[in-house]
Amino acid sequence: MTALTSPLRLRGVNYRRRKLTNAVMLTLTGVATLLAVFPLIWIIAYVAMEGGRFLSVDFFTQLPTPVGVPGGGVANAIVGSAIVVGLACAIAIPLSLVAAFYVSDHPDAPLGVAVRFGTDVLSGVPSIVMGIIAYTVIVLTQKHFSALAGGFALAIIMTPIVLRTTEEMLRLVPRNLREGALALGAPEWKTAVQVLLPAALNGVVTGIMLGIARVAGEAAPMIFTAFGNPFFSTDPNQPIATLPHTIYIYAISPYKDWHDKAWTTALVLIAFVLGLNVLARGLTAWRTRQLSGR
Amino acid sequence: MVTDRSERIHVFTRALTGHAAGSDATEENTTRPMQAKIQVKGMNFYYGSSRALESIDIDFPEHRITAIIGPSGCGKSTLLRTLNRMSDLVPNTRIEGHIWLDGEDLTAPSIDVVDVRRRVGMVFQRPNPFPKSIYDNVVFGPRLLGITRRGELDALVEKSLRGAALWDEVKDKLHESGLALSGGQQQRLCIARAIAVEPEVILMDEPASALDPIATFKIEELMRNLRQSYTIIIVTHNMQQAARVSDYTAFMSWQAFAGFSYDAQTAENQAASVKLPKTQAGRIIEFGPTKDIFTNPVEKETEDYITGRFG
Repeated sequence: MTALTSPLRLRGVNYRRRKLTNAVMLTLTGVATLLAVFPLIWIIAYVAMEGGRFLSVDFFTQLPTPVGVPGGGVANAIVGSAIVVGLACAIAIPLSLVAAFYVSDHPDAPLGVAVRFGTDVLSGVPSIVMGIIAYTVIVLTQKHFSALAGGFALAIIMTPIVLRTTEEMLRLVPRNLREGALALGAPEWKTAVQVLLPAALNGVVTGIMLGIARVAGEAAPMIFTAFGNPFFSTDPNQPIATLPHTIYIYAISPYKDWHDKAWTTALVLIAFVLGLNVLARGLTAWRTRQLSGR
Repeated sequence: MVTDRSERIHVFTRALTGHAAGSDATEENTTRPMQAKIQVKGMNFYYGSSRALESIDIDFPEHRITAIIGPSGCGKSTLLRTLNRMSDLVPNTRIEGHIWLDGEDLTAPSIDVVDVRRRVGMVFQRPNPFPKSIYDNVVFGPRLLGITRRGELDALVEKSLRGAALWDEVKDKLHESGLALSGGQQQRLCIARAIAVEPEVILMDEPASALDPIATFKIEELMRNLRQSYTIIIVTHNMQQAARVSDYTAFMSWQAFAGFSYDAQTAENQAASVKLPKTQAGRIIEFGPTKDIFTNPVEKETEDYITGRFG
């Protein structure tokens, strides 16, 4: 106990001040955290309140109705969004994964440096520019708007996100795992596909989800590409409705009932993106538990 | 140096003729004619422009355990990794001289490194099971070789896990993750994975340095059993381990080289190669039966290192 006398004596001098500082800082960090989460909660709550009033089964199964006609839904936009985002994934994911393997393996090679720099620049380019690119490359060549052009525009937006996250995740895979596979006589590509990718899969899935969440909400590029379509279509070669574009159309209209539908559509979009995120996190958490054996 | 070298060769010749093959050699081993499985002749190894290994001449005897000892940075791991061309993974490296595996030159440009690595397996310092089930870890190598029949793979899994003295502990949970095992079990799983492709040589880079004494004991016991079927070369910092487990010991000198160090690499620093101050390359100072190296070393430097008067 005697060893404690010295710190105890000091306690009289500084203890109160330390305790006060601690309380103040704790309060500040707590308030900052609340402020950071507040917009998210506020947006979700507000959209749920505004849009929830008109939510019904019909909203998911019916086509849009003309102004003034009650009821109707956005079934065409839900399916359309799924198709356009699906097309974007089909283009962006394989491309990003293959490129990410190369870049993580050759970070200092000229091509590796160029790809990383390029993707960083690309992820900073406004999405409307991607729309114009897709317009020039696909719409002007085909001479009509199409879901494919929309998917192409979204793929350009998605690629840098998935590529960079995957690359980072692959680089976090312990070096000795790669060596272990190579030492068994595995060729590089099998090492990549069978050992590195599974080891980095959680991160890769998160990257893909981030990419999907980002592009699923893009309205601007859709104006020049998918264009929107009041009818039901699943043809990738024809114009197609998407959720964000539908929100845009409804929101800029001068009609009260379309404004209400814009809110409801926004709610559907947010629920879709959030649900996807929760699902992905659940899957990765489940997989982590399986792998660690707990 | 000239006299030293001839003496060393003399020591080794004595070993080859079976006179001083160590008291722990089993009867089967002493009766089997001994020959070199891997012969290294005049091998130099460079990281960029700096020489990491200089004039390496060593014959690793078949069905024996050869330990490579020496201080950090002397090139033990580098030497080990040249033997299955894992050294290729570091950019800007170059090998001169020859490494013969049963008379086939591993340094020849025409050699297929994938083939070399299937014949010369490796176990690493830190257990590195793949994030897959125990079963899938073991069959990883066999599947690469094109074995897909379930029955054949099942038999290989049991055989390899028995060979690695792990079967009894994991036979009821083959489809659970390899990462759920303890460190020592993981390392034995890595050994099982290595022997599943039935290599001729197994290289071990400090296989027990991340394990506790009990797990270490199990690995050493396992190595003595594996010697019946495989040629084993082990790098170790633990001289007691070298003395306990090996039939032959090679002592490499400390003179560190400026360049890459696997020791520094394994110490969490995976990113950049580490510049070391010394410029002399690693050499083999002495090689012979473990008993002779530890009780009656020819070289003063060996004696100093073994008795702890080093540096």
